[in-house]
Amino acid sequence: MKYYDKLIFELSKPGRTGYSLPEIPGQAQPSFRPKSRNPILWREAPLDLPEVSEVDVVRHYTNLSQMNFGVDTGFYPLGSCTMKYNPKINEEIANMPAFTGLHPLQPEETVKGALEVYAGMDKALAAITGMKHFTFLPCAGAHGELTGLMLMREYHMSRGDLARTKVIVPDSAHGTNPASAAVCGLDIVVVKSREDGLVDVEALKPLLGPDIAGIMMTNPNTLGLFERDIKEIAQLVHDCGGLLYYDGANMNPLLGVVRPGDMGFDIMHLNLHKTFSTPHGGGGPGSGPVGVSDKVVPFLHIPHVSGFHGNFGIILRAYAYILMLGREHVRMAGKLATLGANYIKESLKDCYKLPIPTVCKHEFVFDGLLEDNGVTTLDVAKRLLDYGFHAPTIYFPLLFHQAIMIEPTETESLETLDAFIAVMRKIAEEAKSDPEMLHAAPHNTPIGRPDETTAARQPVLKYE
Amino acid sequence: MSKIAEGLLYSESHEWVKVDGNVAIVGVSDFAQAEMGDITYVDMPDLDDELSAGDDFGALESVKTSSELIAPVSGKVIARNDELEDKPELINEDAYAAWIIKVEMSDTSELDTLLNAAAYAEVAK
Repeated sequence: MKYYDKLIFELSKPGRTGYSLPEIPGQAQPSFRPKSRNPILWREAPLDLPEVSEVDVVRHYTNLSQMNFGVDTGFYPLGSCTMKYNPKINEEIANMPAFTGLHPLQPEETVKGALEVYAGMDKALAAITGMKHFTFLPCAGAHGELTGLMLMREYHMSRGDLARTKVIVPDSAHGTNPASAAVCGLDIVVVKSREDGLVDVEALKPLLGPDIAGIMMTNPNTLGLFERDIKEIAQLVHDCGGLLYYDGANMNPLLGVVRPGDMGFDIMHLNLHKTFSTPHGGGGPGSGPVGVSDKVVPFLHIPHVSGFHGNFGIILRAYAYILMLGREHVRMAGKLATLGANYIKESLKDCYKLPIPTVCKHEFVFDGLLEDNGVTTLDVAKRLLDYGFHAPTIYFPLLFHQAIMIEPTETESLETLDAFIAVMRKIAEEAKSDPEMLHAAPHNTPIGRPDETTAARQPVLKYE
Repeated sequence: MSKIAEGLLYSESHEWVKVDGNVAIVGVSDFAQAEMGDITYVDMPDLDDELSAGDDFGALESVKTSSELIAPVSGKVIARNDELEDKPELINEDAYAAWIIKVEMSDTSELDTLLNAAAYAEVAK
């Protein structure tokens, strides 16, 4: 792969164009004052656009796209991110002119089809999660968390229960959970995990009381383990007057098998861009619909949907995915994701340290190499790039020092999983025979090891 | 193996305290900086802020993670090491030289709850 990092402005040559238009006789120079009613918006000078030919543009963007790695390029086992394949039929549906031509301010009677998508999605997600209704406003997972916590606060305030200012978060939680709670003005109380990686119910009990608004949990948790005590936890939290919030980031293995509503959760979000196959990475666009149980429904905004609600195109893609799979195959997704993760885990545990050996759900964590010979998790991850795989999530969760978090998702074939396993075993061998080569990996990528420290300490945020 | 300086007191959350009369000089241990990796930002309290032991008074950010700084003692912040704003790497270079804040202690008996070097060596493993 050749290295390419030009800006399109660097290709610009004065006078070069990608089009030719006939001159209009008698017409003066084109005006840069379009007919905006607001003079502030009148342009005084021509826009400083790059002057390039069509082939310049095509090569520029094609070359840039070659510098990227995506699910369309190869296996992407990035734990906690559910990088499943994004079926192209989603794009076809979302690109139908009947949808792309919509405007949020159109009269309601002209957007019945879009409203039907929201309604159908509400019904489908309610069936999958055991919630009563969803709001589609939130545009990301963390946005959903904040929305959900605001609903939680509203629920307590409506009952005059004003002392509930604390939210319990397990020490294995995604960082967004305490962050969302803090943004919502709530205080965070951390509950510890046991040796087996699950929430310590005995440690939870003394934390519960009249000041607890609720608990935020991810199930399966960030170690890929199902919180088996969830029914007891739900009972305890409800008995103290709190609500349960479900972080849907790890919903994938439970699809069609277990429902958060049945576990006792009151409020939850889903990441459509993870579990429901819409594209993500590179900052979006995301979608984090929030579902609520009966007792929280009165606090949803009314109407539940209207123009400007969430990323409609993404909701539409996710709806296409659900309808395409249907009830039966939605259930297969979670089971295959779980099977794939356990297959990799069992196939590699004789070369990589497996701190929690029990059956996992859709993802699991290694704690570095068994015989590391000085080779770190970072070295392993960098070396994977040489073999054409995206690296797994590394150094998260923080519970393990050399964490390698692997999530294959259900969309990979046995051949792909076997190829990944073979490469991971090869790297373990290389660690014994040639650790120096691993410290210097990757060797085949356009960029090797960017200086992250200097980039963080002295960031250059401007093109110079 | 990380260094543990003799003669300092330590908290279980890896802050060190050097006692100078009723002033506590606070930093983080060599173990903490090694765990964090290259530190990129130090979030410090303002002068005259009142701290209570056990509460967070700031945070460290590194390439790898971020971690709250927990006040080992209660009292008023009377100095902060502003040099760390531009040079957070000083903590990586010598965690025991790069102090973060100085606290005028309101209750010196809180020092009894801290660990000595030998006891901290058991924590920082």
